[in-house]
Amino acid sequence: MKVSYYPGCSLHATGKEYDQSMKAISRALNIELKEVDDWSCCGASSAHATNFDLSIALSARNLILAEKDAMDVMVPCAACFNRFKTAEHHLKADKDLKTKIEGVVGAKYQGGIAIRNPIDILYNDIGIDTLEKKAVKPLKGLKPVSYYGCLLLRPPEVCEFENYENPFMLDKMMAAIGADVKMWSYKTDCCGGSLAISKTAIVVDMCDKLMSAAKEADANCVVTACPLCMANLDMRPSEGMKLPIFYFSELIALAMDLPGAADTFKSHIFDPRPLLTELGLI
Amino acid sequence: METFLEEVNKKIHGAPLQRCYHCRKCTAGCPMAAHMEYNPNKVIKMIQNGQRDKVLNSSTIWMCLSCETCITRCPNQVDIASMMDALRQMAIQNGTVREANVLKFHESFLAGMKFGGRINEPMMMVQYKLKSGDYFSDAMLGLDMFLKGKLALLSPRTKDMKSVRNIFEKTKLR
Ligand code: SF4
Ligand code: SF4
Repeated sequence: MKVSYYPGCSLHATGKEYDQSMKAISRALNIELKEVDDWSCCGASSAHATNFDLSIALSARNLILAEKDAMDVMVPCAACFNRFKTAEHHLKADKDLKTKIEGVVGAKYQGGIAIRNPIDILYNDIGIDTLEKKAVKPLKGLKPVSYYGCLLLRPPEVCEFENYENPFMLDKMMAAIGADVKMWSYKTDCCGGSLAISKTAIVVDMCDKLMSAAKEADANCVVTACPLCMANLDMRPSEGMKLPIFYFSELIALAMDLPGAADTFKSHIFDPRPLLTELGLI
Repeated sequence: METFLEEVNKKIHGAPLQRCYHCRKCTAGCPMAAHMEYNPNKVIKMIQNGQRDKVLNSSTIWMCLSCETCITRCPNQVDIASMMDALRQMAIQNGTVREANVLKFHESFLAGMKFGGRINEPMMMVQYKLKSGDYFSDAMLGLDMFLKGKLALLSPRTKDMKSVRNIFEKTKLR
């Protein structure tokens, strides 16, 4: 299959492991990615927290550019995904707003392409069976809890993702590649990422709470699909509370034994290599 | 004259706030309720009571994480997260921002975007540090990230910057 690809700013910087591993597994699973031409930032929380029209227009600019390629657009970053789905929701529901925003952007919005997170593409289009077959190096001994956070799921009428209080696609994918996925009830709790820089002390507590819940569930790592959660959980927990945090795509690349699959681990702030070495996975 | 409730309702692009029957489910699930001056549903009550100054001066609206747990669980589709967005926007226009650093962070982020179309994280952090005067927190973390190649100093810019700046210009708050 072929899809448009919107990396967003995070995947070019703090979330570069996500970009690298997503590209690697897409290649190996025959998903051809075509980057959206001349994309710009989605505006993230700073736009919507301060100016509604700006937030919709910034996302609309990118959706309109993606529409030129007339393919579904893969949006790995949960924050960009949430902003695009929100813009789509409002542009489709409110004709006056659509006219106004088209005036601001200077182009027409058709609304004809699907905005998709790679979890949905891998689970629904590629399938669990394929993942299982391709996992030549099952992740034996790895015990992740899956962490979805907020932005993929909420609000459900906008994100149209899956079971928003107890999602399972990530869990099933991780089980398919041989991990011993642990159950916990914090899959969709917020990690506080949006205030990590301006309200750090509160956010450290939130991260610590998640880490202790993961440990209580007998997990030895956390798997996520959000670069904001990743950065936050990788950096903010107190000393002694930390666990290795992975993008799901890094773990799929590792299980598929793709060349260079271990390269992304060295840029994590909390080094996951001691755990992976101990388990004989790298 | 327009009431405060009508004014907010117009800006939330969803169900009107009078749908709220104060069951407090939003507050029960809000991860920040313990750190807020007024609970999420209390803010609705205050808006209904017309307490404009108190609401727009409160720190609550800046403590909201936009996690959208409240709207997800509300039995009446009351969109508190959008309400918080609208209230922040009104507080900026009103010149009454209680949590200056939260706004400074957003401003640094948007300034970076206006400059290159995409966010250059080190530049954004320097901007934020200059604006907030909070120079030293996270310095070691920043160094660690830099050494690990996470903070790219030269991220490619959007080429058609005119279209991006145009969006900022045309949506400027007045
Ligand atoms: S959950 Fe909805 S109805 Fe209940 S108090 Fe909150 S906003 Fe009101
Ligand atoms: S969006 Fe804001 S008010 Fe709603 S639950 Fe999250 S932090 Fe609380």
